[in-house]
Amino acid sequence: MSSEHAKIHVRGLKKSFGRKTVLDGIDFDVAKGESLVIIGGSGSGKSVTIKCVLGLIQPDAGVIEIDGEKATSLSGRERDQLMAKFGMLFQGGALFDSMTVWENVAFRLIQERSHSRKQAREAAIETLGMVGLGGDVADLLPSEVSGGMMKRVALARAIAARPDIIFFDEPTTGLDPITADVINDLIVSVREKLGLTTVSITHDMASVRKIADRVAMIHQGQFIWTGSVGDIDNSGSEYVDQFIHGRAEGPITMDIRKP
Amino acid sequence: MNPLAAIGRTFLAFLASTGRMALFAGLGIFHCIVPPWYPRLVLRQIMDIGYFSLPVVGLTAVFTGMVLALQSYTGFSRFEAEGAIASIVVLSVTRELGPVLAGLMVAGRVGAAIAAEIGTMRVTEQIDALTTLSTNPFKYLVAPRLIAATVTLPLLVLVADIIGVMGGYVVSIHKLGFNPTSYLANTFDILEVMDVVSGLVKAAVFGFLIALMGCYHGYHSKRGAQGVGQATTYAVVSGSILILTFNYIVTEMFFSR
Repeated sequence: MSSEHAKIHVRGLKKSFGRKTVLDGIDFDVAKGESLVIIGGSGSGKSVTIKCVLGLIQPDAGVIEIDGEKATSLSGRERDQLMAKFGMLFQGGALFDSMTVWENVAFRLIQERSHSRKQAREAAIETLGMVGLGGDVADLLPSEVSGGMMKRVALARAIAARPDIIFFDEPTTGLDPITADVINDLIVSVREKLGLTTVSITHDMASVRKIADRVAMIHQGQFIWTGSVGDIDNSGSEYVDQFIHGRAEGPITMDIRKP
Repeated sequence: MNPLAAIGRTFLAFLASTGRMALFAGLGIFHCIVPPWYPRLVLRQIMDIGYFSLPVVGLTAVFTGMVLALQSYTGFSRFEAEGAIASIVVLSVTRELGPVLAGLMVAGRVGAAIAAEIGTMRVTEQIDALTTLSTNPFKYLVAPRLIAATVTLPLLVLVADIIGVMGGYVVSIHKLGFNPTSYLANTFDILEVMDVVSGLVKAAVFGFLIALMGCYHGYHSKRGAQGVGQATTYAVVSGSILILTFNYIVTEMFFSR
C-alpha cells in the first residue's frame, strides 16, 4: 500500500531501551476503516509500537505518517491537532479517578472548550449509550463501577470526540469470557458505526478473530507474519501456529529455568 | 570493585539527576507562564495545599513560639536579659522558624500527596491518557501545583508568623509574668519589614521546591506500589533537604554584609 492511501504508514520503526532493542525495523500500513490487530508474546514490543505511533514514546528511527503527514518531531500545536485524530483505550482503562464517569467521557470536549459543561454532559451520556451504559452511571466515580463497565466507559471516552483512529491496548484483558465478548462486539459496532480505523494489540485469540481484518505477529522487534484474519490458521508460520494454539513447545522460547 | 569507579558512577548519576530536575523545573516554569492555564485546578490546589495545611502549620507555629519563649527565658534569665525574649521570639519566628518549619510540615503533607497522586497516575497510565486526550500533562498536572504552592506558602507562613508570635506572647505573659504592653512594644519595636518579607520570600521559594519535588518524583515514578512509595519518600526527603539548603542561600542573599 502506498503511503498516500494509508491512514497509518510506518516504515523502519526502531526503539531501544538501553542495550535492549525492542523494535528493530517495523513496517506496516493500515488503510482507512481497516482493523489491524498486532499479536505477540509479552515483552515483544506490541505496546511500544502503538505508543510510538501515538507519540507517547519517541522512536530512535523510522517514519510514521498519519494521513500522509509526518507524525514525528511535531511542535505542540501540530501534536495537539494530530492527537485530535486519535482515541486510545488503555489496558487498565486509565480513567481519571478523581472525576465522575461523565467527566471522564467528556474530558476532551471540556478541555477543548468546544462544549459547555451542560452540553458536554449530554454528549457524554449519549456516548455512554453507544457502549450500552445508561445515564445512571454518569455520576458514579470510576472506583464505583465494575471492570467490564470501566472498559466500556474507557471506550466511550476514546470515541467521545469522534476520532478517526482508535488504538486498543489489550481491550479484553482481565475480563471474563462473556464480558470480553461484549467488549469485542462493542468494538466492532462502534468501528462500523463511526467508520473508524483501528489498531489493537491483544493476546486473546477470540478477540483477534472477532475484531481483526488483518493480523500482524511481532517477535523479537520485527513483524514476522502479516495476513488476513481468515488466513491465520493456515499462515505457514511456526511462530504463528505456536502462538495461536498457546503451545509451550515451538520456536518461541521463554527464559524459564526447567525445574 | 574499584571504589573510585563507584564514587565516580555515583557522582555522575547525581549530576544526571540534577540536570533532569533542572530541565523539569524549566519546563514547569515555562508551562506556568505560557497559556492555556487551568484556573479551576489552581484554585483546587490552593485549597489542598493551603487551606487544608492550616491546622498542621498553625499547631507547629503555636508550640514553636511557646517553646521558644520558655527556652529563651531559661537562658537569658541567667544574664538578666529577659527583656530580649520578645525580640528573640519575633525575629526567630518571622525570619527562620516560621518559613522553615511550615515548609518542612508542608513538604511532609503536600509533597508526599503530590508525589503519590501523580505517581499513581503515571503507573495507571492516566498521564499517557491525558496526552492522548490532547492535554499536556505539564500544563494540567505540574503547572497548577507549582503556581498554587508558590502562592500559598507565603500566606501560610504569614499565618504561622502571627500564631507563633502569639504563642510566645501567651507563655511570656501567663507563665513567665511579663507585662503585656511592654512585651508587645518590644515585639513591634524590633520588627522590621525586611524580617517579614525575607520570610515570605523564603516561603515562596520553599513552596515552589516542595511542589517541584512532588511533581518530579511522581512523574518519574517506577511501576508498582513500591515505585509510588519510593517516589513519595524521595519527594519528602529531597524537598526537605532543598528547603534547608535554600534557607541558607536566601538568608545569605538578604542578610549577608
